[in-house]
Amino acid sequence: MEQTVEFATADGLLGSVWLLVAIPLVSAAVLLLLGKRADRWGHWLGVAAIGAAFVLGLTYFFQLRGLENKQVQSSLWQFITVGDLKVDFGLLFDPLAAVFVLLITGVGFLIHLYAVEYMAHDEGRRRFFGYFNLFVAAMLLLVLGNNYVMLYFGWEGVGLASYLLISFWYGRPSAATAGKKAFLMNRVGDAGLAIGIFVMFAMLGTTQYDEVFNGVGSLTSTTVLVLGLLLLLGAAGKSGQFPLQAWLPDAMEGPTPVSALIHAATMVTAGVYLIARSNPIFSANETLQLVVVSVGALTLLMGCVIGAAKDDIKRVLAWSTVSQIGYMFLGVGLGGGAYALAIIHLLAHGFFKANMFLGAGSVMHGMNDQVDIRRFGGLSKYMKVTWLTFMMGWLAIIGIPPLSGYFSKEPIIASAFEREGWTAWLFGMAALLGAGLTAFYMTRLFVLTFHGPKRWTEDIEHPHESPKLMTIPLILLAAGSVVAGGLMTLNDSVVSWLTPVLGEEAGGEAHGVLSHTVITILSILITVLGAGLAWFLFRNGTATEPQPAGVLVTAARKNLYTDTVNEAVFEKPGIFLTRALVFLDNRGVDGLVNGLAAAVGGGSGRLRRLQTGFVRSYATSILTGALLVVAAFLAVQAGWLA
Amino acid sequence: MSELKLPSIDYAALAPILIMLGAALLGVLVEAFVPRRLRNAVQLALALVAALAAITMVIVKSDARLVTAGGAIAVDGPTLFLQGAILVLAVMALLLVGERTVERGGAFVAHAAVTAESPEDRKQADGVGGATEVYPLISFAIGGMLIFVAANDLLTMFISLEVFSLPLYLLCALARRRRLLSQEAAMKYFLLGAYASAFFLFGVALIYGFTSGIPGRGAGVDFATVHAAVGESSSSQVLLFAGMALLAIGLLFKAAAAPFHVWTPDVYQGAPTPVTGFMAACTKVAAFGALLRVFHVAFAGASWDFTPVIGVVAVLTMLVGAVLAVTQTDIKRLLAYSSIANAGYLLVGVLAPSKEGLSGTMFYLAAYGFSVLAAFAVVTLVRDADGEATHLSRWAGLGRRSPFFAAIFTFILLAFAGIPLTSGFTSKFAVFGPALEADQAWLVIAGVLTSMVLAFPYLRVVVMMWLSEPGEATPTVTVPGALTSAALMIGVLATLVLGVVPGPLLDLTTGAAEFVR
Repeated sequence: MEQTVEFATADGLLGSVWLLVAIPLVSAAVLLLLGKRADRWGHWLGVAAIGAAFVLGLTYFFQLRGLENKQVQSSLWQFITVGDLKVDFGLLFDPLAAVFVLLITGVGFLIHLYAVEYMAHDEGRRRFFGYFNLFVAAMLLLVLGNNYVMLYFGWEGVGLASYLLISFWYGRPSAATAGKKAFLMNRVGDAGLAIGIFVMFAMLGTTQYDEVFNGVGSLTSTTVLVLGLLLLLGAAGKSGQFPLQAWLPDAMEGPTPVSALIHAATMVTAGVYLIARSNPIFSANETLQLVVVSVGALTLLMGCVIGAAKDDIKRVLAWSTVSQIGYMFLGVGLGGGAYALAIIHLLAHGFFKANMFLGAGSVMHGMNDQVDIRRFGGLSKYMKVTWLTFMMGWLAIIGIPPLSGYFSKEPIIASAFEREGWTAWLFGMAALLGAGLTAFYMTRLFVLTFHGPKRWTEDIEHPHESPKLMTIPLILLAAGSVVAGGLMTLNDSVVSWLTPVLGEEAGGEAHGVLSHTVITILSILITVLGAGLAWFLFRNGTATEPQPAGVLVTAARKNLYTDTVNEAVFEKPGIFLTRALVFLDNRGVDGLVNGLAAAVGGGSGRLRRLQTGFVRSYATSILTGALLVVAAFLAVQAGWLA
Repeated sequence: MSELKLPSIDYAALAPILIMLGAALLGVLVEAFVPRRLRNAVQLALALVAALAAITMVIVKSDARLVTAGGAIAVDGPTLFLQGAILVLAVMALLLVGERTVERGGAFVAHAAVTAESPEDRKQADGVGGATEVYPLISFAIGGMLIFVAANDLLTMFISLEVFSLPLYLLCALARRRRLLSQEAAMKYFLLGAYASAFFLFGVALIYGFTSGIPGRGAGVDFATVHAAVGESSSSQVLLFAGMALLAIGLLFKAAAAPFHVWTPDVYQGAPTPVTGFMAACTKVAAFGALLRVFHVAFAGASWDFTPVIGVVAVLTMLVGAVLAVTQTDIKRLLAYSSIANAGYLLVGVLAPSKEGLSGTMFYLAAYGFSVLAAFAVVTLVRDADGEATHLSRWAGLGRRSPFFAAIFTFILLAFAGIPLTSGFTSKFAVFGPALEADQAWLVIAGVLTSMVLAFPYLRVVVMMWLSEPGEATPTVTVPGALTSAALMIGVLATLVLGVVPGPLLDLTTGAAEFVR
């Protein structure tokens, strides 16, 4: 990488970027610490904090537009200084961070507003807004940090908030389990990220973005590959990509605004942010890019197939999130100009997916919290606003021009065809097939929910439209779903805005294996085909009971057996090991742990038998240890070990 | 016959030690002559004033870099920093010890024969009696620790080891509630401690034998001689390595490293909680201070040879601590295993032979001491009619009953788990970083993996406190008196501040990270 990265120092107004993180954080602290005293007005404080952050974010955005060097950083204080190792508590405000700030605070504000009404009857509303603000603060820290340690702080923070919010209704066992699952799978990813940061220390002695990116050129390609794979593991964990995808759909146990903000619009895209931010690392190794592209392509197809077989409205949307993030991974993996395309898709997705999740929440609100789409039908007459706004989201995600999904997804498909050799066909066709499948399952969802005959449960007589406070955010997000994609691609505005961070677009006109026009026609064609098929199949509703199905559908209903694989590979041997380990331990382990965790617990219980309480056995074990240590020292001295 | 030459002694540099030991002796006199009613207040004031005076002397002499008392005591950067840390943590422990409002009559008893609820016991509860012997004992222990981290030869080190160990054995037996458990713990600690001391002494003897082989120099056990012997001695290397191993065993016992940790859970559980806190914080600092000096000064020349063995001990310690913590059902035992695992992380720092490694280890010791004392302070507050409720099942739903203290405890547990913006994160960072630079990546990987395992039991407690409904058996949290509140606040604030702005303390430890030889 000949090109060096240089950040300017933030001064003037931009020196106060830290306020973006501080405002929601203070609000969260107030909400959580004041306790019941803040119950009456707490939610409005939460909304106001995010609103203020949005206004502030806009101000900074316009400030940044006027600058020559669009990457400004400010160091608040030296966080850690150990020897050569220095970590700043520093923030970086650049075009990439700026668009994320606007997405997080903008969409976040609308979702907060919606939640005021949605959570109105929940006694934990204040606590909810406290966690929600905490999440926004952590997410902003994640995108604003100027080094990987800051990013890690935010990363852990959003993880914590997400864990708290998924198990918000901890009374439900499924919610508590889902929270635990999210936590454990995220730990796997986080461990990857943490070790990746350690590798940076070890190899480059720094974690500052600029120094790391400038140092990538001096690393061997194996090091870059290892580093990139570790970061990718972290990204896959947070973004629900293969093989760590299983937690995301279960996370839908949380309140719907949480699903919309955290598990659709913002947090789950942190993985994409990480890869885009680390673009100098990922661009430096082709194998690495191939892995990212493969993960993206595989996940996007998996998400579509499973999504088509699910009947729970939020889970269909969740699998669709998994699949859409697959598109984004595909984009960042392709590298070059596709980085910016992935970010555009991310922003557009933030709008239409938040829109649909809130729509789903509105439907549930009117239908006594029913989530089974086989039990909806004909709602278009009863919930006009929800229906129309959801329709915008639906048309956007399947990529009907001129809605936003068309402008954001189609270029990614085209870029996939621009790879070299046979991989162009492989990934291009995968992306194209994904578009068709997306059209199919999203249409199925839409038709079964809003059209066709009513298949409601007996307790519902007259579903009602949601109150204003819920529909206004819906309308605004729907407007975003319609125009955002077009606006962002007009004159390549976002692409050129992001150029300082993501580099120039690969020079000249790239030539794919198919011409751009052909791809455009193909993708529209396959979309219409998928949508039309779904409309034809489900226009008359569907059976309300599970139907016998073929191999593929059965597999898809069971999440393509990924859970079974998890179970067979990790949980079963874990349980077996546990049994083997604990059979002597008559006290047993308290039934809190299972699977691999139980292996630790079982090992622990087995080892605990050594802690007998008798001084004589303690003395024996000290003596044994002493003999071993002395023997080891002597062995070292004799040259056997050293 | 030549004239007997007295060694020159720099009394100012020894002042912290002399003050603490003097206060302990005065304390014994107070026991004898001051009327009962006043004794507690006088003793507490005496111990606190002495500790604060000692801290002042440490600060006054903070530039001292010298060897005094005939080469027996080295006053240098690490000595002064560790003495300061022991004293500050001891002040916190003294505050916990002095608490009398949480439980009428205090947590200690003087005579083992006074059974609970007997007339004598009630008299103590009425504030008439009271076990004030605890103050001179703890002062002696502090004094011993101050010598231990300054000892510049192996015999001084051994004597100071006994000086602080003997009072600790007694302190463990003084619990007023669950007295049998407490006495059993003291007995075990005493027997095993004596056993470990024997290893240490045997090691000293072997090393003495080894040093006799230096050409043109007499044998001796001061570190300069040992250091010279490692390079030059013509004696059998077996003496050196066997001696080094036995010395290490004696010290690793006090540091609670596996497989010499077996006493820890029983003793931590049985000892009166303020004393447990004192041991977890101050004894750890003292033991690691001595380990650092022995390995970095005396045996620096043999680091290639001891690193793999001690490294294995470190990994084993982390593993045992983390894995066994998972199934503990008693909060004090859980904290004991967590303390064992932390000994493993500290060993990683000991094995990083650089200045940064030394500085990081010292930082870790101080930071961990604050957090662990705060944790035990909370444990003293969660109680029912029978005293402290330490069984974990009793903590279920505590978050609903007493959100404030549950939040404080959650914060401390998150710090133990190494969550960023707590001192647990920065201190792990401070020891793992230098270890990586010293090419000890395997230790760091073991450290990261075991801390992931260890996060599980901590979070289990958090989940239990917040996400369970309080049951009939959930105890209330007693409102702490001023002393406990002060100790708790110091601990929590230090945990937070060292997590957010660790810079100043890191600068201090870096500046102090050089031994005199």
